[in-house]
Amino acid sequence: MSDKPRSFQEIILRLQSYWAAKGCAILQPYDIEVGAGTFHPATTLRALGSKPWAAAYVQPSRRPTDGRYGENPNRLQHYYQYQVLIKPSPPDLQELYLGSLAAIGIDAHLHDIRFVEDDWESPTLGAWGLGWEVWCDGMEVSQFTYFQQVGGHDCRPVSGELTYGLERLAMYVLGVDHVMDMPFNDPDAPIALRYGDIFCQTEQEYARWNFDVADTDMLLQHFKDAEAECHRILSTPAHDPKKDMAIIMAHPAYDQCIKASHLFNLLDARGVISVTERQAYIGRVRALAKACADAFMQTEAAGASA
Amino acid sequence: MPDLLIELFSEEIPARMQARAADDLRKLVTDGLVEAGLTYAGAAAFATPRRLTLAIDGLTAESTIFREEKKGPPIDANPRALKGYLQGLGMEAPDKWYDEQIEALKAGEVISFGDSFVTTQELKGKRVLMAVLEYPPRKAADIIAEVLDATVRNFPWPKSMRWGTGALKWVRPLQSIICLLSDEAGAEVVPLTIDAITAGRSTRGHRFLSPDAFTVNGFDDYEAKLKRAHVILRADERAEVIWNDATQQAFASGLELVEDRGLLAEVAGLVEWPVVLLGRIDDAFLGLPPEVLQTSMKEHQKFFSVRNPKTGRIERFVTVANMATADHGATILAGNQKVLAARLSDAKFFWENDLRTVKADGLEGMGAGLANVTFHNKLGSQADRIARIAALAREIAPHVGADPDLAEQAAIVAKADLQSEMVGEFPELQGLMGRYYATAAGLNPAVAAACQDHYSPLGPSDAVPTAPVSVAVALADKIDTLTGFWAIDEKPTGSKDPFALRRAALGVIRLVLENGARINLRDIRVSAEMRIPDEFKSGETVPDDAGANYDSLLAFFHDRLKVYLKDQGIRHDIIDACIAMPNNDDLTLLVKRARALADVLATDDGENLIQGFKRANNILTQAEAKDGVEYSYGADLKFAEDGAEKALFAALDAADAKIAPAMKDEDFSTAMTAMAALRGPIDAFFTAVQVNDDRQVIRRNRLNLLSRIRKICLSVADLTKIEG
Repeated sequence: MSDKPRSFQEIILRLQSYWAAKGCAILQPYDIEVGAGTFHPATTLRALGSKPWAAAYVQPSRRPTDGRYGENPNRLQHYYQYQVLIKPSPPDLQELYLGSLAAIGIDAHLHDIRFVEDDWESPTLGAWGLGWEVWCDGMEVSQFTYFQQVGGHDCRPVSGELTYGLERLAMYVLGVDHVMDMPFNDPDAPIALRYGDIFCQTEQEYARWNFDVADTDMLLQHFKDAEAECHRILSTPAHDPKKDMAIIMAHPAYDQCIKASHLFNLLDARGVISVTERQAYIGRVRALAKACADAFMQTEAAGASA
Repeated sequence: MPDLLIELFSEEIPARMQARAADDLRKLVTDGLVEAGLTYAGAAAFATPRRLTLAIDGLTAESTIFREEKKGPPIDANPRALKGYLQGLGMEAPDKWYDEQIEALKAGEVISFGDSFVTTQELKGKRVLMAVLEYPPRKAADIIAEVLDATVRNFPWPKSMRWGTGALKWVRPLQSIICLLSDEAGAEVVPLTIDAITAGRSTRGHRFLSPDAFTVNGFDDYEAKLKRAHVILRADERAEVIWNDATQQAFASGLELVEDRGLLAEVAGLVEWPVVLLGRIDDAFLGLPPEVLQTSMKEHQKFFSVRNPKTGRIERFVTVANMATADHGATILAGNQKVLAARLSDAKFFWENDLRTVKADGLEGMGAGLANVTFHNKLGSQADRIARIAALAREIAPHVGADPDLAEQAAIVAKADLQSEMVGEFPELQGLMGRYYATAAGLNPAVAAACQDHYSPLGPSDAVPTAPVSVAVALADKIDTLTGFWAIDEKPTGSKDPFALRRAALGVIRLVLENGARINLRDIRVSAEMRIPDEFKSGETVPDDAGANYDSLLAFFHDRLKVYLKDQGIRHDIIDACIAMPNNDDLTLLVKRARALADVLATDDGENLIQGFKRANNILTQAEAKDGVEYSYGADLKFAEDGAEKALFAALDAADAKIAPAMKDEDFSTAMTAMAALRGPIDAFFTAVQVNDDRQVIRRNRLNLLSRIRKICLSVADLTKIEG
């Protein structure tokens, strides 16, 4: 590997190798649409309970309202986050993080890297933490958070969470001004692909669907269905008569919670949610997240004794 | 005398919390030390992004002997209570022993333990236990360890957090502690461990420039070594470096730095080793309003604006890095310029879109979407509210010298910029963008000015608009807000004022007073209230018989007025005396009275007039109560016997002649001065005559004379409310 990465994927690969070398389990993206890497159960649920955890992964993230038909140099309705969660947060997490920047070619002796106050709060997840946004030469390149609460539960021990906005970070490292111009694979490869070759058309298609075409009645119905199914799963008795053992279905319930959250985002992009209704919807999703967190806390993965 | 150095080294402390935290550290530690019997000569605290530091000099090496008296229960109380008290003093012994001691105490004996003792004492006719506890001198190090431990554990951060597996809370993870006591003989670490962090004498310098740990042997050594390790300990020194470098670099380019003290303090809290870099703004963005450039650079990037003094335009920026690099900041500056360009492209995009909207649909068109924006779910949409404000502005206009048509038009468009893309991105530009867009739409300059100024005054020190159209809209906006929230029963309570109604009321007061506007607020409120649909109303509305019933919104205005005038040195009882007069919802009139009264009360004559008036009023009130009549027939000079009595008649006639026309002109100063001139004659009257004369005719005539005094004295204000 040369000192400077040459493509988007090389930056991802270097982050993967770096965090693998630091002992993280390299997970794959979660297979349900989410708004941010935090929603992956490897973060939301695993930040709960007493068991140690260390995971890193790329998470495709969807924010329908940010769609700009591929025209805006920085905004996308579908983008990638790189997410690291380590529990308990190690004492040298800042150093580890700075090491990851060095791994992707950001030399701390040439740049101005700063930890600027940014308290993180997710009203939909009932979660909050304290930390910083990390600035490199005045640009926000990551979020750095010590989780204090998730789903209404105090985090004990505390997890350290790192979130890298991959496109923005990569554009900076690669010196690209428009996201669609960014080399995705090696620019000298026989078939060199730019970010736009892969995502420009999809940005247009999704922007149109998100803003103008998505069937709002259907979305609303799906929201209600996901909400109902989540509650139904969680109200099912823990005892499985077939296996004659307790199986709490925290993850299947949480899937429905994520779905409801994304459906809310889609409805929001369609402009059918008024300001007053907004809070009510967020409250409904938070209630699901909290119920899932309650259920997860009863499971072995959270350190509960069987 | 030893010196103490404390450093609490952590991950990055939010800039806005640093100064307060340094102060809290100094106060908590020094208070703790003094309370435990130590004294010190001086203490100073410092903060950088990664450390809080406290230096105390001239600390005593050990505490003085400390004695404390502790009263116990009566000797005849329940033995369990007696035993509990003795145990609480730190005596540990078998039950039987306590019984013996209690018997001994009953017999009047003294029980000693260590340097302390317990005995019995007569107190308010009861024999009670009394302990005198004596604490031996303690070493400073022991006290410091205890005080620092308590300080760290109970530190008043606005927000604090846990990390890892620990239970300790700090603003961000605490990494190391220096706690060093030094004197001529050398420096020693105070033994102390807080949640796995053991105090030592070592710290670190700049995160990137001098990352290695080093040890220190006292404060001077610490500060000097920090500087070598690229950390300027003192925030004011960092601010000075930034300010000097920035102004010099700007000056060298023929430009000037735009002063911003708040930003300077914030930026000084973001760096340990400030490096000032002067950057360029791409020409493509220089056409944006300067406020947009400034806001965008300040809010998002913490950049200072650099202005061309010849054109007044913002042309460059200053950024402050926390890093000195081999390329003299070239990479850092290039990065910052790139980020700024992306931000400003957004701003330019918004600006151009907004101008297009305004040119196509007018400013009113831009605000059309406000019909879908809820102002408050019990008070309808923003559009509903704007319609109310517009009608109200029209009504207020003649009272403040504004053209009613312009005032109405201004109110209709004043909030349209809330729907602009620029204000969506930069909410702090609300109003200002309205002015730009109103100008672009070709609206009357008075309307454009009102778009910007109708939010003012925002605080006690914010300037008050004086342009009549702006004043009309500003008043209408605030009165509608207050009336609305009163109607739905959302009044401020205690420290809770989520809708900033106190600020709105103060705004009304300042708008009225500083413009000398004559408005009966009660009438305006009635009119404002009529426009609020009945289904929203759940709270108090204006009482039908407004004069007699308690009107809490008016009382709210009066309370705010008292606070406002108190800052100007006018006592609350003076204001109360004026509030008791008719037309007290005309604040300009009310304050005119108050100022005249305050001026007169500041003179000897005024002060004595109050005494004379009160004496007259007391005698009269008692007589009226006793006789069941009101003595207001008018006194007759022919029954006056004494010279002083006759002189009072003459003085009252003379005063009347001056006061009546003055009152007509609302010239309360002249009226009060004439009143104060009565002080001599009234005093002379009371010295010379007895009011309650045996002869009823004389007595009644004198009471009627007192009644004239009362009538005159109550014409400007209710002097019975004046204290003293």
